[in-house]
Amino acid sequence: MRKINVSRIRDVVEELCLKANFELRKDILDAIRSALKKETHRRAKDILKTLIENAHIARTNSIAICQDTGMVFVYIEIGQDIRLTGGNLRKAINDGVRKAYSRGYLRKSVVSDHFFRANTKTNTPAVIVTEIVDGDKIRIAVSPKGFGSENKSRIKMLKPTASVEEMKAFIIDVVKEAGPDACPPFVLGVGIGGTFDMASGLAKRALLKPIDSVNPDKRLARLEKELTKEINSLGMGPMALGGKTTVLGVNMLEYPTHIAGFPVAVNVSCHATRSASGIL
Amino acid sequence: MTKKNITTPVTRDALGALKAGDEILLSGVIYTARDAAHKRLSDMITTGKRIPLDLKNAVIYYAGPTPPRPGRAIGSCGPTTSSRMDAFTPALLKLGLRAMIGKGDRSTEVRRAIRKNASIYFLATGGIGALLSTKIISAKAVLFKELGPEAVYRLEVRDFPLIVGIDSKGRDIYDKARRKKR
Repeated sequence: MRKINVSRIRDVVEELCLKANFELRKDILDAIRSALKKETHRRAKDILKTLIENAHIARTNSIAICQDTGMVFVYIEIGQDIRLTGGNLRKAINDGVRKAYSRGYLRKSVVSDHFFRANTKTNTPAVIVTEIVDGDKIRIAVSPKGFGSENKSRIKMLKPTASVEEMKAFIIDVVKEAGPDACPPFVLGVGIGGTFDMASGLAKRALLKPIDSVNPDKRLARLEKELTKEINSLGMGPMALGGKTTVLGVNMLEYPTHIAGFPVAVNVSCHATRSASGIL
Repeated sequence: MTKKNITTPVTRDALGALKAGDEILLSGVIYTARDAAHKRLSDMITTGKRIPLDLKNAVIYYAGPTPPRPGRAIGSCGPTTSSRMDAFTPALLKLGLRAMIGKGDRSTEVRRAIRKNASIYFLATGGIGALLSTKIISAKAVLFKELGPEAVYRLEVRDFPLIVGIDSKGRDIYDKARRKKR
């Protein structure tokens, strides 16, 4: 049985938090660059250029891409042949987040409770999801998620007899409602199926997938493509000031569901969708 | 499009010439304030207390920056969603607040109050806090310091790039988009 000390996980989480906040994902940057080539709207082009310039400044100066350095979502897949040693896993992950947000001059945006809203001053706790998988490896993905877009995310429990068109209409409505507040062009994570909580968990995880990857499920791959096209024909554009670029990518994940249900969750994410991952 | 240069303090006259959609470069002094600071200011106004910030012709920027690295004025500093401040805005405009900077749409009440008080709402591009930080020369927490990133900071900006979202006549850059949504 492979042993891994949780201090190694702490260190990886720290590095991934810094990387995610300073270095815009390559797939996102590539998508912005290719959108700029296709864009004809003058203001849209100007904004897309500033996004590229901003990513460059952030990376060069190790300054946060966006001041909303988010509440940190940590998704960790642990091989079942691993034994964790050296302490508590959740504490180790939160220690990594705390260190990164202090060392990296990142904003501490987490409040302890909803009524007194006292800042924890460490940006912890993170939202931690653990998954037990086969093997003896650990895969850690970290995503600092801003709340301008998180606030615009929605879930709908559709009727089991609802058509694919109805599902698409809901997703497009979420985009329209998100508008400028959520900083388009967006990345959409869509979770379909499971239960109420499962669907939103899938939507969140879908945001971790590269937007230039092709969905292995052919039906979902086609839906992602269709939705991208339809959303980009809305004319919203960057910051909803007009243009062809409203969404950079749509990623879907699916799970079996109940005969009476058809949950669909849309996790809206901004043009500064941030994540980084590593394997131990 | 040529960008107009605007300097603080912004007067009614300077704003009168600006139209929704105009692009400007703002220089001078602005103050950050977001959710928690707005709530506190609003509570003071409601309970008849004098607010510890001179709003006459002032500019408020809806933002909560990241901390500065040593030797730098400020960290990443882009706009946050303005609509969360809508409920508090008309009362601040009444006290002389001249301009607001944020991202996104405003409520009908805010649009009306902007027209009534001949003020203005500017849009800053969201998600480019690193780039916008290069336009900020100095920053100092001046009020509600215990709120950390939500404190009120006095910022000195140079050529801060903005778009007029709602002008002093109440014309709104998002009008067209709003009609389309319906």
